[in-house]
Amino acid sequence: MDWSDIINFSDYDKLLPLVYNSLLAGALLALIGGLVGVFVMNRELSFAVHGIAELSFAGAAVFLLIGLDVVLGSVFGSLIAAAIIAFLGDRAKDRNSIVAVLMPFGLGIGILALSLYPGRAANKFGLLTGQIVAVDDPKLASMAVMTVIVLVAMLVIWRPLSFASLDVEVAAARGVPVKALGIIFVMVLGIAVAAAVQVVGALLVLALLVTPAAAALKLSSSQVWVPVLSVLFALISMIGGILLALGGSLPISPFVTTISFVIYLLARAIAFFKSKAQVRQ
Amino acid sequence: MKSILKVNNASLAFGERALWTGLNLEVMPGEFIAVIGANGSGKSMLLKAILGQQELSSGEIEFLGQKTSRGNTQIGYIPQHRAVDSGLPLKVIDAVRFGLDGHSYGLPLPNSKKKALSMAALEQVDAAHLANNPVGSLSGGEMQRVRVAQALISKPKLILADEPLSALDLNHQQVVSELIANQRDAGSAVLFVTHDVNPIIEYVDRVLYLAQGNHSVGTPDEVMRSEVLSKLYGAEIDVVRNQGRIVVLGAHDHEHHDDEEWV
Repeated sequence: MDWSDIINFSDYDKLLPLVYNSLLAGALLALIGGLVGVFVMNRELSFAVHGIAELSFAGAAVFLLIGLDVVLGSVFGSLIAAAIIAFLGDRAKDRNSIVAVLMPFGLGIGILALSLYPGRAANKFGLLTGQIVAVDDPKLASMAVMTVIVLVAMLVIWRPLSFASLDVEVAAARGVPVKALGIIFVMVLGIAVAAAVQVVGALLVLALLVTPAAAALKLSSSQVWVPVLSVLFALISMIGGILLALGGSLPISPFVTTISFVIYLLARAIAFFKSKAQVRQ
Repeated sequence: MKSILKVNNASLAFGERALWTGLNLEVMPGEFIAVIGANGSGKSMLLKAILGQQELSSGEIEFLGQKTSRGNTQIGYIPQHRAVDSGLPLKVIDAVRFGLDGHSYGLPLPNSKKKALSMAALEQVDAAHLANNPVGSLSGGEMQRVRVAQALISKPKLILADEPLSALDLNHQQVVSELIANQRDAGSAVLFVTHDVNPIIEYVDRVLYLAQGNHSVGTPDEVMRSEVLSKLYGAEIDVVRNQGRIVVLGAHDHEHHDDEEWV
């Protein structure tokens, strides 16, 4: 193994324009991933995110095989998974078993479609592990549309969804349509996952939709700062990951996931020392 | 004086099983009514019907002279305590504010007027010092105080409390009952669902006792008597009074209370 294949920043200025679209896509993704992640955490949907991602991968792979738009396939798979989880998995326990059943099935279909696909292997694995220069203009445009949908939906449902997450009965007593909101959120989550699959790949979606929010929750309990920090952490992981991946031949995902993981570890460490300092006082 | 809540000949049945039939109840301002009965006697369903979440099989319920509908801010609801997930990014003061505007869409943007109202509500329940704590860090007693503040912030005409004392120790049971009872001073009526009348006996004006599809309404002295409850349950029931406490013996043979369920 030659280290210069992995880290080599010699032609960095020439490479950078190549990933301009990826950087933009990454920033959009960090924005929605960080925001949606806050509710993924407090509604205990982490495992569901993983399940949706696998079906999103399956949808993308099948669409690739039959010659349709990959992004569309990804959204298609995501929304089917989200709908199944939203309508059947009302309680956490049911939801987990439904996700566990869906996940291998989705992955299996995806792998089948990929092995039947005659194209290059590099394209194939991009869906699972992420790809750096694969964001062309049409793909960026569709990601922008997904971002807008997710953002608008989140802005509208933010407060009643928080209320329902705090106390579902009290929220329902005040007329919050708690069931409908839960379903809408999982569908929105499905769109966010489909967007994330385009850049970081299905296997690593959690690094964007869960880890940044989990780190933010270690540091704050403010309804303002948690989303802000969560988006910031997602942004650092995403952009940092792309810029580092550019210097070598490795896929983007290991960089994104490592940065995201390190941020989480730091957040835990800070939280630990903060609570220790409080005990001493 | 106009009544706050009027239940007219209301019945609720699921298939063959009638929870209550021909229920009549008129609740006046400042009145504290205990709704008592075993698990499954339809206490919570009565609250759900008042909240417009449960259709009646027959009869009707009027709140402030109008048929009940979903999402009335004039009704404050205090649920049974359940632990709040520590992963919820919410301060106590923000949770209280949900009692004002949690049902409306959009972002919870800072608002100094609403903040002042939330703070005042917290002061009313002696919980101002908790304002900036994360909701996930509160004890059961503290969280129930916050829930009382959340219910009273909209100055409701009617407070529905559904077993708000369960999972609390005796000291906190007293504190939370008193806080809820205090709301009568502002002219609010209270409907307090419980399976044990004793923690709230000093505040109770009337009792609605539900059992086996039957019910009885009246002052505690009228209802909490051996012959009345025996008739309700259709079995021998002993009501024993000891130093102001009321103990119902025999009812347990028919229906289990949740605090003594066998697992």
